[in-house]
Amino acid sequence: MSAAEHSESLTSSQYINHHLTNLTYGQFADGHWGFAASGAEAKQMGFWAINVDTMGWSIFLAALFFFIFRSVAKKITSDAPTGLQNLVEAVVEFIDDNVKGMFPYKNSMIAPLALTIMVWVFFMNAMDLLAVDLLPQIAKYIGVSLGANPHEVFFKVVPSTDPNITLGTAAAVFILIVVFSLREKGIVGFAKELCLHPFSSKNIFIQALAIVPNFILEFVNLIAKPVSLGLRLFGNLYAGEVIFILIAIMCGVNLFLGIFGISLHVLWALFHILIIALQAFIFTVLTIVYMSMAHQTDEEH
Amino acid sequence: MNINATLIGQMVAFFIFIFLTRSYVWPPIIAAMAERTKRIADGLHAADRAEKDLELAQQKAVEQLTSAKKEAAVIIDQANKRAIEIVEEAKEKARIEGDRLKASAQAEIEQATSRAKEELRSKVVVLALVGAEKILGSSIDKNAHNELVNKLAAEL
Repeated sequence: MSAAEHSESLTSSQYINHHLTNLTYGQFADGHWGFAASGAEAKQMGFWAINVDTMGWSIFLAALFFFIFRSVAKKITSDAPTGLQNLVEAVVEFIDDNVKGMFPYKNSMIAPLALTIMVWVFFMNAMDLLAVDLLPQIAKYIGVSLGANPHEVFFKVVPSTDPNITLGTAAAVFILIVVFSLREKGIVGFAKELCLHPFSSKNIFIQALAIVPNFILEFVNLIAKPVSLGLRLFGNLYAGEVIFILIAIMCGVNLFLGIFGISLHVLWALFHILIIALQAFIFTVLTIVYMSMAHQTDEEH
Repeated sequence: MNINATLIGQMVAFFIFIFLTRSYVWPPIIAAMAERTKRIADGLHAADRAEKDLELAQQKAVEQLTSAKKEAAVIIDQANKRAIEIVEEAKEKARIEGDRLKASAQAEIEQATSRAKEELRSKVVVLALVGAEKILGSSIDKNAHNELVNKLAAEL
């Protein structure tokens, strides 16, 4: 167990901190560009820095998703499906059923959007099932061989435990919500939706008075969608990751706690399989629902 | 744990992958699945149709079998009648032929009988004359008594 190795040279809190820090590339205070040596340095880099590890894994997993599905789509037949085509078709059909059930409007964008989110988020979450030290340790060896200080090689492998990734995805969904709302309802329709609900009156003066509270409520409602979407995924996966890290520390203490820790790890991993699939599904379904709401031109609530 | 440009990177990547999925992944898979659905539906319809066709064919076969049986019965009837007729005809012919044979045989018998009678008669005449000559001790003038003897012979 690599955790044992760690606990000799690191305290538990250092170990945890190390595991929860991204490998960040950005501009230092003195002007040169490079990888941050600590979480504090990464913070100083401000907004224009990039988490190379999570961003890289995120793009790699999306590419993996695209590669798998594209390879099936290329040689797909309408004869009896075999092997991977069965799996891909099952996923596609699941998405198609859900979209048809929840999204009664015409938009060829929604189903591919839902498929991308579902598989991508699932893949990102599934990275959590790899042993917490496996990939970081490999990264450490590579980093050290490239001349880096071993304590400065940060490597987070689960993209959905990085709020940038989950909020970025949610923000993209939010942009689509706004775009489709504007397209379906027009600027006036969208403004009306924001200003004339939930308090409405036939009396025009009362209605005018209600605009400000309506707008505040509806705007919060609108913003809450992407924020809750992103933070829900982040929170669940981050918590899961922290528990895996804590169990890994327990494995390094002594033999008895190690055996106990491994059995805990198995239990938590089994339970986590559910969370991985569930969070991917929730993200997908909520996206479809939000898209459906964006297309809803009916004024009644 | 800082919010940084990764957020924007993820958004951009997200839009790119949605576009890729929409262009290259979703349409062919959905098209193939729709085609399979259609083919299965067509296949089921074809099976239904084939079943109906089979039913019709069976009905037709039964009808044809029935009519063929009827025809066969008629033909057998006719054949039987004809056979009876032929037998009757043959019997009639045989009877007629038999009659004819019987008649000719009878004629022959009659002929033979009369021929024998004639022969006997002539022999009786000769015998009678010889007998009479012997009894009378003298010859009888054949010509003088010819009439008497012939009368006698005719009586035999």
